[in-house]
Amino acid sequence: MLRLGIDVGGTNTDAVLIDGDRVLGAAKAATTADVSGGIVTAIGDLRQATGFDPATVTAVMIGTTHFTNALVEGERLARTAAIRFGLPATRALPPLVDWPERLVSAIDGHGYLCRGGHEYDGSPIAAFDETEFRTVLDRAVEAGATSFALSSVFSPVNAEFETRAAQIIAERLPGAPVSLSHEIGRTGLLGRENATVVNAALRDLADQVTAGLRRTVADAGIGAPVFLSQNDGTLMDVDHARRHPVATFASGPTNSMRGGAFLSGLSSCAVVDIGGTTSDVGLLRNGFPREASADVSVAGVRTNFRMPDVLSIGLGGGSHVVREGNGVTVGPASIGHRLTRQALVFGGTRLTATDAAVAGGRADVGDASLVARLDRSVAVAALKQIDERLAEAVDRVRVSAEPVPVVAVGGGSILMPGDLAGVSRVVRPDHFAVANAIGAAIAQVGGEVDRVYPIVAQRRDAVLDEARQEAADRAVAAGARPGSVEIVDVEEVPLAYLPGNATRVRVKAVGELNLDGGAVYPGGHDA
Amino acid sequence: MREITAEHLPDLARGAAVLGAGGGGDPYIGRLLAQRALGRHGPVALVGVDEIDDGALVIPTAFMGAPTVVLEKLPAGDELLAALRAVEELLGRRATHTVSLEAGGLNSMTPFVAAAEAGVPLIDADGMGRAFPELQMLLPTLGGVPASPMALADERGNAVVLRTADNVWAERLARASTVEMGCTAAVSLYVLTGRQVKDHMVPGTLSLCERVGRAVREARTERGDPVAAAAAVLRGRLVFTGRISDVLRSTRGGFARGTARLAGLSGDTGATLELSFQNENLVAARDGEVVVSVPDLICVLDTDTGEPVTTETLRYGLRVSVLGAPCDPRWRSPEGLALAGPGYFGYAHDYVPLSVTDVG
Repeated sequence: MLRLGIDVGGTNTDAVLIDGDRVLGAAKAATTADVSGGIVTAIGDLRQATGFDPATVTAVMIGTTHFTNALVEGERLARTAAIRFGLPATRALPPLVDWPERLVSAIDGHGYLCRGGHEYDGSPIAAFDETEFRTVLDRAVEAGATSFALSSVFSPVNAEFETRAAQIIAERLPGAPVSLSHEIGRTGLLGRENATVVNAALRDLADQVTAGLRRTVADAGIGAPVFLSQNDGTLMDVDHARRHPVATFASGPTNSMRGGAFLSGLSSCAVVDIGGTTSDVGLLRNGFPREASADVSVAGVRTNFRMPDVLSIGLGGGSHVVREGNGVTVGPASIGHRLTRQALVFGGTRLTATDAAVAGGRADVGDASLVARLDRSVAVAALKQIDERLAEAVDRVRVSAEPVPVVAVGGGSILMPGDLAGVSRVVRPDHFAVANAIGAAIAQVGGEVDRVYPIVAQRRDAVLDEARQEAADRAVAAGARPGSVEIVDVEEVPLAYLPGNATRVRVKAVGELNLDGGAVYPGGHDA
Repeated sequence: MREITAEHLPDLARGAAVLGAGGGGDPYIGRLLAQRALGRHGPVALVGVDEIDDGALVIPTAFMGAPTVVLEKLPAGDELLAALRAVEELLGRRATHTVSLEAGGLNSMTPFVAAAEAGVPLIDADGMGRAFPELQMLLPTLGGVPASPMALADERGNAVVLRTADNVWAERLARASTVEMGCTAAVSLYVLTGRQVKDHMVPGTLSLCERVGRAVREARTERGDPVAAAAAVLRGRLVFTGRISDVLRSTRGGFARGTARLAGLSGDTGATLELSFQNENLVAARDGEVVVSVPDLICVLDTDTGEPVTTETLRYGLRVSVLGAPCDPRWRSPEGLALAGPGYFGYAHDYVPLSVTDVG
């Protein structure tokens, strides 16, 4: 099975070709504003390097930070209405509460409340009031809304209000994009609703970008299906991505970690991705990154996505090395992507971490003679500090006292020493500079359940089995080959201060991409 | 007296979550509710216990139920005032003040909502000096103050009024009503006179929360040690630094129970701490030996940021520091230990007071 993995980053677009677990080739091009240009160049270079026949590619996997960037920049966002079912509850904190003003105006956001939603046990808070919803919808349209985010209290338990409202919008405004919170986030209303509103605001852009990606791939002569990577390291097909662009957030670090681990043949390890300005350190267990436990802010909006737990430190190949008294400090200031012009070894005038690595004999890039006259003690002190900070970062993500293997990836990984305190061994895989694209190429398909169940002691196993089965079914529905689905994570948290044994159960299943039948998604209210 | 505005809330909420000893849930929703109430009604007057008359009529409020449910079914906003008004109606008198019942999470912020909406001053005190899971576990219970007459209110406009035989019955009947109301309800109970507040509440709790929260924040911005800063303000001590290697949870008798195992780091390398919790952290045992036990406070903080970690968010891999801090001395009396000591929570060991000599 020939897979083409593409990573569209802010600066570079990388492409890799993988056959089974063999990397056949890799190419790097500059990212272009229209996204497509960089991809065309990268695929072209890859063809030159490997001579692959586009018709033999079985799947194309793309990771992109494009949607995150659009949100951060507050540009090209749709005018969005956030409609919530929850009254008489939730009135105190309406949709868009605690959002940055700037972003609310960027999406021309308006929040509306309707009666309804459910209790934790699935009984309705209030009945669906169609007249009320139609009135709210009219007001939203009058206010200029073109994209609609629907949320409902405890919709992960019962999504009835969201799906009924979506049908009414489909009749009243055919073709209008609708984002449903139960398809996007998990329990925790504000975090889930916020992610849904962000998704709604990105829908217009997602239409354009996904159409562009499809066209670009087809123009390259590749007839294979196109997938995008999600934040948890699994795939969604291009049409699902068009409707759920927010699911691409944070796929970059996830892909880079999974790609690094794949290249090194390790499934449990720490991955250190060293860039120009920062290093991202994360831990992989059974091939998937450990997830952050706290809510994560994206562009100032609190969401409850499961983001990979990544520790970022201000140390990269372009970090300034500054002499201070008898010692030196490395970073956090950096020349970043100007490294290849401004660093000493590239003929520049800035002393950087890369220069220290070259002077100290750790790396061989640029022109070593340009740092020949650098004070040895400065290079030694800088490298010592780099080692200490990398060791400390690995120590902070490690979960047991046992030394862990470390996989070093990214353009700045030349800074990584051969051995490090608390580390069993340092692995530097081939193709480390394109770990992101490789992570995209090897991604699997996932399904997840996250719900509060009233668990009676004798029924516990039955409830967990039910949740496992549902997660597996969801993975298959999302395009996984039925026989390949595995449960990778089960979490059971009894709710505090609550009699009746209500327990929050999360189950995650993943499987291999099924390329025979094509992916089929349930729902699709706005196809 | 001083005025509390929205700017004071983040430090207060952070500090209260530390004093909550792992309980009380995420204060985020509470902070948003308090921000909204202060925005609508203006600042809240915070008064010291010595500033109130003995004859003051003090009516406290709180949220009862599951914090996880509150994060999904957000409050309507007027439940606290509805519960307070229901109690006033029973008494035929208006509250002159309100006060906080517990420090921790959501309920550290709700008294600001009630004070702003009822337009009464908030007394700088609380009924526990920490958080506990059941309604009767308040120092006023030790002082013979009845929890009822009391009221519960929900977002639908329901109010339940209770007159109970004792404070344990107040807990049982209120808990059952809370479940029917969808696992969250506003409660108003423990009507106190000014004299009773002075005699039976813990003075200065809200200022203490604010000082803890500020110390953590300042230590963090100054790149100091936020955990040490919190310990100093609480006059407690660092018991253990480690990484969570295992979390086991179960539900027995209607409450979430569990244990977390911590593998030692830095000075504690090689040692293991076992942390037992039931909503709050209750017992910390180092290599099998109890080092801190309820009713003393066991506060778990993120080692790097000093942010309090609640029992619901304890997770494999988290790097945490465990602080022990002395409880209010009244909890250490035989009556206090009977109400909220290790035996009440089903632990066999005798209470081991956190030694004052090694406070530092």
